[in-house]
Amino acid sequence: MATYSTNEFKNGLKVMLDGDPCTILENEFVKPGKGQAFNRVKFRNLKTGRVIERTFKSGESIEAADVLEVEMQYLYNDGEFWYFMDPATYEQVGADAKAVGDAAKWLKEQAVCTVTLWNGAPIAVTPPNFVELEVVETDPGVRGDTSGGGGKPAKLETGAVVRVPLFVQTGEVIRVDTRSGEYVSRVGK
Amino acid sequence: MSLGSENKRDWRPCCDFESLQRRAWMLAQIRQYFHDREVLEVETPLLGSRVGTDPHLRFMTVQEDDRILYLQTSPEFAMKRLLAAGSGSIYQICKAFRGGEVGRLHNPEFTLLEWYRVGFDLDQLMDDVASLLRCLLQDQVGGEVRLRYGELFEEAIGVSWDAPIPELNQRARALDLAEAGEICGRNRSLWLDFLFSHLIQPGLPDRELVFVHEYPAPLAALASLKPGQPQTAERFEVFLHGVELGNGYRELTEPTEQRARFEAEQKARILAGLPCPELDESFLAALEEGMPQCSGVAIGLDRVLMLMMGHDSIERVLPFPMRVCC
Repeated sequence: MATYSTNEFKNGLKVMLDGDPCTILENEFVKPGKGQAFNRVKFRNLKTGRVIERTFKSGESIEAADVLEVEMQYLYNDGEFWYFMDPATYEQVGADAKAVGDAAKWLKEQAVCTVTLWNGAPIAVTPPNFVELEVVETDPGVRGDTSGGGGKPAKLETGAVVRVPLFVQTGEVIRVDTRSGEYVSRVGK
Repeated sequence: MSLGSENKRDWRPCCDFESLQRRAWMLAQIRQYFHDREVLEVETPLLGSRVGTDPHLRFMTVQEDDRILYLQTSPEFAMKRLLAAGSGSIYQICKAFRGGEVGRLHNPEFTLLEWYRVGFDLDQLMDDVASLLRCLLQDQVGGEVRLRYGELFEEAIGVSWDAPIPELNQRARALDLAEAGEICGRNRSLWLDFLFSHLIQPGLPDRELVFVHEYPAPLAALASLKPGQPQTAERFEVFLHGVELGNGYRELTEPTEQRARFEAEQKARILAGLPCPELDESFLAALEEGMPQCSGVAIGLDRVLMLMMGHDSIERVLPFPMRVCC
C-alpha cells in the first residue's frame, strides 16, 4: 500500500481520508514556538466535492489514493449510465448520475471531458471549460439589441438553461463557460 | 524536461531586488540599534560537535572525516558560554538549521537574530524587543499588547490550560477539531501546542505587536520558572499579524535543573525513536561556573522582513528558498 508522509504533501496530491479519495487543496506547515509541528491540510473529497480541513502531526503518513484523471470522449447516455471512451486505448467506462453530477447538463456527444477514475471506476466528470451548444428554446428577442443588458433564459440542446442576451435566437449556437454557467458569445455556423 | 534544463531555467533569484535592499537596511538598523546600547556583536560556530536535544527540532548532521558534526539549530549554548565567561550583553545574527521545516513561514535554513541582556528581567526584555521591532517595522506596528497565556487560553478554549486532558479533548471536539485527541493523546504540551496554534494564534490582534507571556511550566523549554509560581515559566512569544516573530526567556541559570530538562528531552527522543546526541557538557560546565542573571530572545529575521514588505510567505524575501531553488 503506497503512503505519503506529510513532508511529501503538495497541492493536487491524491490521498485516502476516512475511506474516500481526496485531493489536497492546501497544506500549511504550522509550528508553534518550541513545540510539535503540524500540517494543517485542506482536502476536497473527490466523491462528494466537499472541502474538509484536517490536521496531522508532521511526519505522519496517510494512504495514497489510486486516482487518475483521464481525458475521455463522451459517447452516449443509456438512461442510467453516461459512457466515456479513452481515445488512446478505446477503453470505455460508464459513469452513474452521482459521478456525472452537474456535468450532465453540458454533455454533448464527442465532448472531451476529464474523468476522475478511482481504482479504475469513474467517480467524477469535469466537462470542458467551454462548450458550444444550440439554443432550442428562447423567447423571441428584440432585433437590434446588442448590448446584452438584461437578457433572458435560453434552453440548450443538452437541457441546460443559461441567461443569454436578448438578440440570441432559437436555432443559434452559443459558447458557454461551464465553470460559471455563463454565456460567452454566439458562434458563427 | 531533464533536471539539468529545469535548473537552467530556474537560476534566477525568487525575491526581487527590493527585498535584498530592505534586508541590507534591516541588518544595518539592527547593528546600529545594538551599537547604541553597547551590546556586543559576536559570532559562534554554526557547526559543532554538540547540539540541542529538543525533541521537536530535527538537527542536520555533517560528516567530517571520521566524526559527525551538527549544524546548529540555534546559537544559544555557545552564546551562553560567552555570557558565563563574562562577555556582558551580546547579540548575534546568524543562520540556523532545522530539518523538515518547510512552508509559508519556514525554510530549513533561516536567519536568526539572538541576543542576551545581562541583568534584564523579562519585562525589560519585552520593552527592548518592542523598540527594536518598531524601529524595523515602523508603521506596520499599530499598538502593543501583553497578554497572559493563561487568560488567553481560557478565553479562547473555555477551560484552563491545566484542566484534565479529557476536558481539553471535549473542548477540541466542540470547536470542530476532533482529530486532536488522536494526535495529542495524554501529552499535555502537545495539547497546548495544538490548541494554541489552531485556535488562539489565528485570532490574535492583527496590527498590534502581541506579547504572550507567563507560559505554562510544561512549555518552559530553557526558561526559568517564576519565583513562587512554579506553574508559570518566564517565557514570552511575540506576534505580529498572527505570525510568531520571536521567543524569549528569563534564562535558566541553574545547572541541576538544566541537566534534568536535558535528560527529560533525551528520554523523549529515545521514546520517539529519534537520534539522541550526547549532552553539551561544556554548556553545562559553563552554567556550573555561573552564568549571570539575564534574559534572551531569538527573532526570525526572514519573517520580520516578510512583514516589512507586506508579503505572506518568507519565500518572497529569500533569494534562494530551499523548496524552490535548491
